[in-house]
Amino acid sequence: MKYKLGTLAVAGLMAASPVMADLVFPSLSYRTGPYAAGGIPFADGYADYFTMLNARDGGIGGVMAKVIECETGYNTEKGVECYESTKGEGALVYQPLSTGITYQLIPKTTADNIPMHTMGYGRTSAANGKVFSHTFNYPANYWNGASGAINYLLSENGGDLKGKKVALVYHNSAYGKEPIRTLQELSAKHGFEFKEVPVDHPGQEQKSQWLQIRRDKPDYVIMYGWGVMNQVAVQEAANIRFPMENFIGIWWSGSENDVLAAGDKADGYKALTFHGVGDDFPVFDDIQKHVVDAGNAAGAGDQIGTVLYNRGLYAAMLAAEAAKTAQEIHGTADITPAMMRDGMENLEITEEKMAGLGMPKFGPSFSVSCDNHGGPGLIGMTQWDATAKEWKLISEFSETDMSVIQPLIDADSGAYASENNIEAGCK
Amino acid sequence: MFYREAGDFNTSYAEDQQTFPIKFDRYRYYVVLFIAIFVVPFIINDYWANSFLLPFLIYAIAAIGLNILVGYCGQVSLGTGGFMAVGAYACYKLMTAMPDVSMFIHVLLAGLITAAVGVLFGLPSLRIKGFYLAVATLAAQFFLVWLFNRVPWFYNYSASGQINAPERDTFGILITGPNTEAWATYMFCLIFTIASALVARNLTRGSVGRKWMAIRDMDIAAEIIGVNPLRAKLTAFAVSSFFIGISGALFFSIYLGAVEVGEVFGITKSFLVLFMIIIGGLGSIFGSFAGAAFLVLLPVLLKIVGVDWLGWPTDIVAHLQLVIVGGLIVVFLIAEPHGLAQLWRVAKEKLRLWPFPH
Repeated sequence: MKYKLGTLAVAGLMAASPVMADLVFPSLSYRTGPYAAGGIPFADGYADYFTMLNARDGGIGGVMAKVIECETGYNTEKGVECYESTKGEGALVYQPLSTGITYQLIPKTTADNIPMHTMGYGRTSAANGKVFSHTFNYPANYWNGASGAINYLLSENGGDLKGKKVALVYHNSAYGKEPIRTLQELSAKHGFEFKEVPVDHPGQEQKSQWLQIRRDKPDYVIMYGWGVMNQVAVQEAANIRFPMENFIGIWWSGSENDVLAAGDKADGYKALTFHGVGDDFPVFDDIQKHVVDAGNAAGAGDQIGTVLYNRGLYAAMLAAEAAKTAQEIHGTADITPAMMRDGMENLEITEEKMAGLGMPKFGPSFSVSCDNHGGPGLIGMTQWDATAKEWKLISEFSETDMSVIQPLIDADSGAYASENNIEAGCK
Repeated sequence: MFYREAGDFNTSYAEDQQTFPIKFDRYRYYVVLFIAIFVVPFIINDYWANSFLLPFLIYAIAAIGLNILVGYCGQVSLGTGGFMAVGAYACYKLMTAMPDVSMFIHVLLAGLITAAVGVLFGLPSLRIKGFYLAVATLAAQFFLVWLFNRVPWFYNYSASGQINAPERDTFGILITGPNTEAWATYMFCLIFTIASALVARNLTRGSVGRKWMAIRDMDIAAEIIGVNPLRAKLTAFAVSSFFIGISGALFFSIYLGAVEVGEVFGITKSFLVLFMIIIGGLGSIFGSFAGAAFLVLLPVLLKIVGVDWLGWPTDIVAHLQLVIVGGLIVVFLIAEPHGLAQLWRVAKEKLRLWPFPH
């Protein structure tokens, strides 16, 4: 009870005082649990970017940014607790970082008028902003990923995949099942044979799946995996001597954690991405100077420049830019979650903007609109170099097949709208 | 001094057999009920409902259900997560198929469907016991989760395989969906929790419960004195699954709102509920509540103390939580193998004699 009275009193004070409060960016991180290896670098990158903004620029538009971390352990129930305990503190945007928590927060954030950004995960059809008014999944989603992988294979095969076999090794959950429909449509369109190979959580044991692959001899394997499943799959692929350059992971299967365990045998493994890799960007000098050297790095500071750290950094950059956009639109530095939503919906990332932020070509340039919360879905390809121990971007961020994806988005969001009596339209 | 029979005269059989024979106990119970029904709904907010009270109430129903099976009838079950999933998916199918029907009816029907499934998976219990039965129910756990992941009909053919609770009401008050009021969801769960506890309490001290306990204590002896093991075991599975189904339905529709079966109703859920009743006390309704409170509320309290008050890093607090909760479980089981309910019983005995211990 005391605690409750205390929080009420604090909330009352915050509401009553006219001085500018911080811009609050909650980080629902998972530094513990089965996926911690992936959660730590992302959370570090997200926090470090805001720390750097505060130190270098004095916050965003003159208002300090504050990151509240809440540990979810990738667990849905803890996610609920985290959401409820942080939303009262003026949280501007949620990044739930887990498919389960995302699904749960889609209706809740809409009811509470707080935007949510699920960058490269979550519910793909949330790209339809007319139905999902408060959920954003720019710059790319899982269906873009599937199409991006097929487009890459098309370009490798001179635009013809007829008679080829493509297998999808996927985490048997909501997340892993996402690309199946898209790949089925694409296989009908381009005439390749498509096979599904589900792997049950957590994916520590994949002997039978890879035996199946060895027997079926697919030309290419696409993987939608997460956590330990990735490492095991890369190892198993190496064991059956599957050619690594024909093995393509989604962006959640393309971090250092996934390939280091297999050593040299992982050389040539590919992964999709929607942001830059490596630490060869000017922004990392600022982070070194203002965050690491100042002793303010989140976590141990040993993750800087890894793929998932960059992803956290990129998410933070997009959130900060959206906040700036919101400040411009509404003419006030002290923005509310509702204003933040407008900022996200009118976000425009250009090449000049990224260069100005010290992140030239860090991601695709894109703009968000009410119709399209998903951005253009530009996908790049990275490849693992086991001797240099680094990921390299081997293609431009290129277009995906929206003629296949858009009807799927419309159908799935339409089903959600009718199930929940949502009237589609721009607010 | 306060807690004793002296001066409390029972003049009818009904009075003699009441659940709380001691006046002090009875009034304490009434006060708790009064606060839960007439005070809490007026001061509750979203944070308190979703972080503490809803999970506590819902897990308490699941623990009562499992306690009937394991604690009263002695049939070890590891299928709780699977049966909760049956309740959740049954509730989802009913909610989407019949949008105009009250949520009360959906939840009760979900319980009944789970009871039927529970009886089906209880059939092996007639032949196998102990650890072997635990393995058989473990199979139920994995089979049910696999089924709900595999057959698209259960999740209405949605692209991702998730189920989402649409907005539904009862008596015109919104119960599910994002726009609910905290007091409405709390009251809805509270009604089910109180009803479950009352029904369970009265079943377990009646002839049905005595048959269950006879089977638990020695099944051959029970059969010789005329207890039909088939009926006793299957009724235990049915009643237990009914409560677990209700808790699963509430867990999905009211507490979480969106569920992915593998993550939410996995084997860890079965173990969690089993730990609740072991720590709370096997064969005790109070123990079900105590165990649920211990395993649901303590981690959140530790988080508040560690992160919000002391300002420690979140990952360290998360690890400390595991250490402290795990340590406390060990301490409790060494100090009192019969669970928190036994501690409570001992405390009551001591209170009766206090201040004259001999």
